[in-house]
Amino acid sequence: MIIKEIFLEKVSTASASITRDVTCPFCGILCDDLVIKNQQESLKILENGCHKAVSSFESILAVNEPKINGKPVALTDAINEMCAILKKSHAPLIAGLGSDVAGIREIMNLADKTGAVIDHMHGNALIRNSLVLQDLGWITTTMTEIRNRADLIIFAGTDATGFPRFFERAIWNKKSMFKLKNEQREIVYIGEKLNTKSGVNPNGKKPSVLTCKTDQIGEVISSLHALVTGATLDVNEVAGIKIKTLQELGKKMMAAKYGVIIWSPADLDIPHAELTIQNFCEIVKYLTRTTRFAGFSLGGNDGAITANNVCAWQSGYPLRVNYNKGYPDYDAQRYSTQNVLKKKEVDSLLWISSFNSKVNPPRASVPTIVMATPDTKLNFTPDVFIPVATPGVDHAGQLFRTDSVISLPLKQVRQSPYTSVKSILKQAIERM
Amino acid sequence: MYIKLTNGIVYDPVHGINGEHRDIYINDGHITRKPSSNAKIDKIYDLKGKVIMAGAIDIHTHIGGGKVNIARMMLPEDHATDLVEKTELTRSGCGYAAPSTLTAGYRYAEMGYTACFEPAMLPANARQAHMEMADTPMVDKGAYAMLGSDDFFLRMLASKKDQAAISDYVGWTINATQAMGIKVVNPGGISAFKFNQRKLDLDELNQYYGVSPRDIIKSLARAVTELGIPHPLHLHGCNLGVPGNLNTTLETIRAVEGMRMHLTHIQFHSYGTEGDKKFSSGAAEIAEAVNKNPNISIDVGQILFGQTVTASGDSMMQYAGHWHAHPKKWVIMDIECDAGCGVVPFKYRDKNFVNALQWAIGLEIFLLIDDPWRVFLTTDHPNGAPFTSYPHLIRLLMDKSFRNDMLSTINKEAAAASTLGSIDREYSLYEIAIMTRAAPAKSLGLKNRGHLGSGAVADITVYSNNKDKEKMFSKPDYVFKNGELIVRNGKIIKVVNGATHTLRPEYDNSIEKSLKRYFDDYQTVSLGNFKIDDDEIIEHGNGKIIIQPCM
Repeated sequence: MIIKEIFLEKVSTASASITRDVTCPFCGILCDDLVIKNQQESLKILENGCHKAVSSFESILAVNEPKINGKPVALTDAINEMCAILKKSHAPLIAGLGSDVAGIREIMNLADKTGAVIDHMHGNALIRNSLVLQDLGWITTTMTEIRNRADLIIFAGTDATGFPRFFERAIWNKKSMFKLKNEQREIVYIGEKLNTKSGVNPNGKKPSVLTCKTDQIGEVISSLHALVTGATLDVNEVAGIKIKTLQELGKKMMAAKYGVIIWSPADLDIPHAELTIQNFCEIVKYLTRTTRFAGFSLGGNDGAITANNVCAWQSGYPLRVNYNKGYPDYDAQRYSTQNVLKKKEVDSLLWISSFNSKVNPPRASVPTIVMATPDTKLNFTPDVFIPVATPGVDHAGQLFRTDSVISLPLKQVRQSPYTSVKSILKQAIERM
Repeated sequence: MYIKLTNGIVYDPVHGINGEHRDIYINDGHITRKPSSNAKIDKIYDLKGKVIMAGAIDIHTHIGGGKVNIARMMLPEDHATDLVEKTELTRSGCGYAAPSTLTAGYRYAEMGYTACFEPAMLPANARQAHMEMADTPMVDKGAYAMLGSDDFFLRMLASKKDQAAISDYVGWTINATQAMGIKVVNPGGISAFKFNQRKLDLDELNQYYGVSPRDIIKSLARAVTELGIPHPLHLHGCNLGVPGNLNTTLETIRAVEGMRMHLTHIQFHSYGTEGDKKFSSGAAEIAEAVNKNPNISIDVGQILFGQTVTASGDSMMQYAGHWHAHPKKWVIMDIECDAGCGVVPFKYRDKNFVNALQWAIGLEIFLLIDDPWRVFLTTDHPNGAPFTSYPHLIRLLMDKSFRNDMLSTINKEAAAASTLGSIDREYSLYEIAIMTRAAPAKSLGLKNRGHLGSGAVADITVYSNNKDKEKMFSKPDYVFKNGELIVRNGKIIKVVNGATHTLRPEYDNSIEKSLKRYFDDYQTVSLGNFKIDDDEIIEHGNGKIIIQPCM
């Protein structure tokens, strides 16, 4: 009896496996220090899980199956039906693009073969940066540089709460390489409705907060830009912020050894946000004439930066691209998911989302194929539904971090009955 | 299955074959001796009058990695007039200066190239470089890992760690990033720029670390030697583009005290300060120094006129050059306490004194260095010009009257200031074969490439000999990759994936203890995830790894 109990205990311990250095694919900063326990295919984060990671990794793998018009079918039949729709289509739209490097590579191949338009679910945010890059360029930095060098960090229009461990990973460090102490770091927020709690220094020092409406941040920054060049502004305040406050901030910026302006393109949800982002980039360039300053964009959820990069090296252009003419045709605005559906420039939709179960594809009046995580609750019945595996959980892969320089390997941490986006699309391409 | 190439005129400098009629036999992807008379020859190519060389090898071309992708994203106008339609065989894409990976691979093969080496792979960005190289079809590839401004190395050097430990770190880096060599860019300067230093000469100190570029070059050159890495330290020196940098370059050659070193895109480092414009050619002095120092090899980084984009790890000098951006947009990045980059579009104008003289300086260097085994043909793609201009460059080297015709069209003062018009030398086909095949293979330690002897991998290019060498080298009749015909009449007929060449130098793995501490304390990526597994290239990249032996 005792022997049997010991034996059982051993079995249950043996069936639990622990994986270290796991990369979390559920937000753009790709923390890669998670420790995850797999016990009979149910996952538990033992170390370094934020609330996003916990809710994503620890959610139970939902049971779902491929469907045609809502009726369960074998995977192979669903793929055949997808092929039939795409073959009939003269101008497909492949959107969502929530996938890893391997998945995006296959998406690019399929788009080239079928003459499709491609766009990411966060395309609106992505192109806000692309337009700035293509107009005047920028000076930017990466997370490790911020972690070790940044003595002045300005959050413009974002509080980074969408990236729960950003402050822990990049700002409030136990150690930094160049003897920069936490108390020497200055945090400034500019914008409205920002949660500035994370910006409080571990020693209690509160961040400076300059409150203004999101669509006035650009004006605030360009006023700052004028002030740091030595111009005088004949007003008492800008966007409700006193000139004196701006002058003080300007002085700090000029005195900083390594300043950083952080924005999140998704949080700048205003018309022509690219102009505001360009204001950030231009003041950074000006300050770099005498000191070091850099920009940093926080985003890249759902593989957005991955899709943008793979698209750029395979097509020559960042998103959004249309392959309908047999070559890549780039137009960041025209080829948005919303626009091509509204203008009826496409006649089928393939939607891919392999990380995020909460996002719903647009309801389109064209034949629609949805490849999504098994627990996705759709608010309509697509022509074809295929549940897909999640990279970094159900299979290994690679993903790009928000800074668009660092990419990380994703590990498989559980067995899954679902197939990867890459494998499904590969089969589809072979059959077409 | 035997393939016979018959009646061709062979240029195979490794075996001293200079334009001789030889038959070449291919079996199982390799060149073999003449098979026994009863062996069945499955396919015979009659190459009467045609020129046969090994597949060409580009030793320095920015084909993959973050900075190139930034260039692609930043410059939609670069691609707009060079869109490439898909075909039955090939994917769509685009040129020109920053082409899509797919188009780059196709175009290299269509020019007779069978291997390309990315010279500036930031360890922190190595994964992306390999992804992009994996998506560059047709050619073999490989990359040099960039060190010298990374904080781990600078901390070691500043704290006077012994050379053995530094060599271990260099060996670890080559293994971790799947590299083929070590590159150093503006030694210590990329780091210095992060501390707001704006220039760094050979003996100036990085103000934080108190080490000089000279210290860095010597330490890395020694590590490369000790690890037995075939390709010498690949150096992008100090003061790129600065008038007067000629002296820095000469001093750098002296600094390595006889150790092997490769000076890359030396044209950009060969400028004097003579004349009214305080900008003059240092080609003669540089060539003399290279001629006298057999431990030195170079590639030229020739500029050719027109629009291009400069993409470099040298954030310090790219920032200094951004005022000349054309069009007026540019990117500078600091990267991961590892390195940096700068991307600045640029238009070289033949009527501009400086640009015209740069053009002449590059050609002077080509023509004044005696030993073609130590000079490689590059434009530092895309920094001096896109790689697609190689055939034009070859014609400039092989055809004196064409060269002088071009010289007569450039800025008059520059033409007058250059000795180019008085140089009679014309490169022979044999010398071109050395410079574009045999010598790069030898320099990289690729023993079974770059030649046509028995046992070589059957990477072979066949040209029609044409008086117009630009035409000749633009459009080979046949290109074989691993014995398979992949290009006919300058067009792809079969798409293949090249392999990735790497090295696995031996080193003491206890270096990982201090690396682990460093990564845990300061980095935002874990040590384990920094390293690139074979599977990431084989499985995820659909590729193949070829491990080249160390010396």
